[in-house]
Amino acid sequence: MALLEVKGLEVKFPMRHGELTALRDVSFSLDKGERLGIVGESGAGKSVAAFAILNLIGRPGYISNGEIIFEGSDLAKMNARQIRSIRGNRINMIFQDPMMTLNPVLTIGTQMIECLQTHMNLNREQARERSIEKLRQVQIPSPEDRIDQYPHELSGGMRQRVVIAIALLTDPSVIIADEPTTALDVTIQAEIMELLLSLCEDNDVALMLITHDLGVVSQVTQRTIVMYAGRVVEEGPTRRIVENARHPYTHGLIDALPERTAPGMRLNQIPGVMPSLAAIPTGCSFNPRCEHVMDVCRSEQPGYVTDGEFRVACHWVAGREQQK
Amino acid sequence: MTRYWRLFKDSTLLYSFGRDKVAMASFSVLLLLVVLSFSSPLIAPFDPYDPAGIDIMDSDIPPSWQEEGDPRFTLGTDAQGRDMLSTMLYGTRISITIGLFAVLLQSVLGILLGLAAGYFGGRIDSFLMRLADIQLSFSTLMVAIVVLAVFQASFGTELYNDLAIFMLILVIGIAEWPQYARTVRASVLAEKKKEYVDAVRVIGLGSRRIMLRHILPNTLSPILVISTVQVANAIMSEAALSFLGLGMPVNKPSLGSLINSGFEYILSGSWWITAFPAIVLVILVLVINLLGDWLRDVLNPKLYKN
Amino acid sequence: MIAFLVRRFGQALVVMFVISLISFSIQDNLGDPLREMVGQSVSEAERQALRDEMGLNDPFLVQYWRFLKKAVRGDLGDSYFFKKPALDVILEKFPATMELVIGATLIILFLSIPIGVYCAINPRSWFTKLMMGMSIVGISIPVFLTAIMLIYLFSIGLGWLPSFGRGETTMIGFWETGFLTRDGLLHLILPSIALSSIMLPLFIRLIRSEMMEVLEQDYIRFAWAKGLSRTRIWFLHALKNTLLPVITVGGVQIGTMIAYTILTETVFQWPGMGFLFLEAVNRVDTPLIIAYLIVVGVIFVITNTLVDLIYGLVNPTVRLAGGQA
Repeated sequence: MALLEVKGLEVKFPMRHGELTALRDVSFSLDKGERLGIVGESGAGKSVAAFAILNLIGRPGYISNGEIIFEGSDLAKMNARQIRSIRGNRINMIFQDPMMTLNPVLTIGTQMIECLQTHMNLNREQARERSIEKLRQVQIPSPEDRIDQYPHELSGGMRQRVVIAIALLTDPSVIIADEPTTALDVTIQAEIMELLLSLCEDNDVALMLITHDLGVVSQVTQRTIVMYAGRVVEEGPTRRIVENARHPYTHGLIDALPERTAPGMRLNQIPGVMPSLAAIPTGCSFNPRCEHVMDVCRSEQPGYVTDGEFRVACHWVAGREQQK
Repeated sequence: MTRYWRLFKDSTLLYSFGRDKVAMASFSVLLLLVVLSFSSPLIAPFDPYDPAGIDIMDSDIPPSWQEEGDPRFTLGTDAQGRDMLSTMLYGTRISITIGLFAVLLQSVLGILLGLAAGYFGGRIDSFLMRLADIQLSFSTLMVAIVVLAVFQASFGTELYNDLAIFMLILVIGIAEWPQYARTVRASVLAEKKKEYVDAVRVIGLGSRRIMLRHILPNTLSPILVISTVQVANAIMSEAALSFLGLGMPVNKPSLGSLINSGFEYILSGSWWITAFPAIVLVILVLVINLLGDWLRDVLNPKLYKN
Repeated sequence: MIAFLVRRFGQALVVMFVISLISFSIQDNLGDPLREMVGQSVSEAERQALRDEMGLNDPFLVQYWRFLKKAVRGDLGDSYFFKKPALDVILEKFPATMELVIGATLIILFLSIPIGVYCAINPRSWFTKLMMGMSIVGISIPVFLTAIMLIYLFSIGLGWLPSFGRGETTMIGFWETGFLTRDGLLHLILPSIALSSIMLPLFIRLIRSEMMEVLEQDYIRFAWAKGLSRTRIWFLHALKNTLLPVITVGGVQIGTMIAYTILTETVFQWPGMGFLFLEAVNRVDTPLIIAYLIVVGVIFVITNTLVDLIYGLVNPTVRLAGGQA
């Protein structure tokens, strides 16, 4: 049985003129120790999906439908107290920008110890010991001194290490990392990703990696979900997706990777932009940008074509499957 | 002209104004007060500045709906026998005039110094901003009280009474320039970073033209928001100074000096001399503040913060 | 720390220098000290002799230096009206003003923080709407009007509270306090409320808007994601960040507060420095005016230093020694 299973998740934002649907019928699952990538352009609903799992969507958004089954119970139906015992304890998060993630007026120690005291029965001394231990695991030099410092005394890379240490404090079973390296210097991005990967492997933690960078996903994850305009458009083993993508949008993402372009040539890009949630086209939401667009794409939302571990929502792909 | 009118008509400002009942009500009340007070020589039943028209025998008459009231004086009379309604109309005009001119002075001074600080930077900038810090921390009212007290003591009361309206405009106007200067400076610094300023400089326009033609229009909305609130503040400051006897004299009263002169009689039961000008003052300041709040919500400018 | 104190001391010197210059020029311009001392009957020749003797004909800088030397020793001349050293007269009234300010500050602190925080956390509740409505009305009512209304309602109308003076006071050393008697405390209520009446809505609005901004920050979302309790997130993570700009504004408002004491004391005939100052202005009692300015200048310097120190304690990114990091 899957560790985390999201079924038919739907998230809505009530606005002055009706409701916006940020997520539609999003389903996926995560096994113990598995690494799952969620890919898409900004605005595709990746972050909303991540926050929805812990019921952390900013007001006035809410989960309007679906189930989030984690270790046998539905997170979407938990009350505030129950979900708090999951947050930061069983499922932890890593945010994009380490400069903004740590509270500037509290010491690193305070921000670590409070987690341990909230979720585990530790006294201050034990909590401090454990925090120093975790700081050492993320390779922060002289953690005994660093723990009493404030975030502004640390570099960006160091801060993201601290955030990773906080995420690992309570020995969680899932870590959701939302663009964990995007805000960092290019030179240390690989280093931080390597660290995160090895710590997840060592501690048998499942990792949900949210990113717009298919390149990173292909190096780190075992399975990949591609999202577009609040919907899952393709899912499958990472290797098969990268080598043999079927949805035209995934194709576009792969072609846009710099390593797919010969040096000196112009980078490929998908024409047009992601539609805003208020103006999602009828039918397949990708149809205005799709090179294989057909009449049916403009009127009917495509269902999923499933093939083992592989599924895709596209009329064009479905049509080709039938011809075979 | 018609083009600007059409722009204005289609603007979000007007649109949201039409949907905001509080803003519309505030604006109507303000308009009413301004029109009434500025046409006071035409509509006021009496001329409070004309000593011949005032009879001391008429003093301290309560409003007309009270038992001892006199139908000639709708809102009663003050201790000198002046008709409250007429005196208040004239007084409101003085308060609004001082508020507007003081803010005009503030904004001109503040915008110029703020532009200079932001554009030239360096020593000019740090000197001006340090000056602004010090002046702000001393507070307008404190500076105004001290300056006016000193002037009153050295001029003598009579000369001072003649100059009071100019002194008030000058003091309130000069004391509050940092509000504008900081905001304008912050906007200039933000605009300076944008490419288009570089672009026009490449075209070869002079620095003064860049400032006036390109940066100033972009700082308009914060200036509009500040100005609204500042008019309310200036009217409040004027009222406070007049209440302390440092502002408008009794024979040419503003709302503040009317409240001051009425305060002496409040214990003997003549509440109307204080109450009516007080109500007008609060309503005047309140509607301006409400309009300021609404403007801030609609325009949502990046105001300078400490 | 030492560098901070030195820099502060330098700023204090500048401020006091400016005030002393203003004071000195007032002394020079306001009336003729001789007339105050000897009256009209003395002949012109005798006057001239006296002027020489008193050094009133010396060059400006010499006179200013003499004024400074005396001022540093605390000698600001005798009040014309009280016939006593002006500084003593002012300092006698200092406790009255100070206790009024303390009263108002306590009201502001204990109401603005909880109300501001509540309004930020519950932006849609009816109480928030009520508070926001009341605060804009509150900001629009001048302090002296609030004072008059309070007197009219609670003293004249209901007769619950005294309307003027400090009531019964007790001497503790040089400090005359109204805190220790019931009568003294009753007298303090209305003036304190009046003095706090404009600042309170100002601070409620400030705390609300700052807190709402802080609640949108990533570190607050991260704190939620860590599963912390609501109270810890609101009152530690968010409030501590909210208070930083509030402290700064509080420092700026000290000057306004002192100006408002003049208004409040006038309405309530509160025997403090502000009331005395206004009387001195009306009597053209120059030494007393000067003494007031200098005392207020010292208060500015001290309170601003304190505010900076508190800010430095709350905000770890500011090093007191090196300015802002």
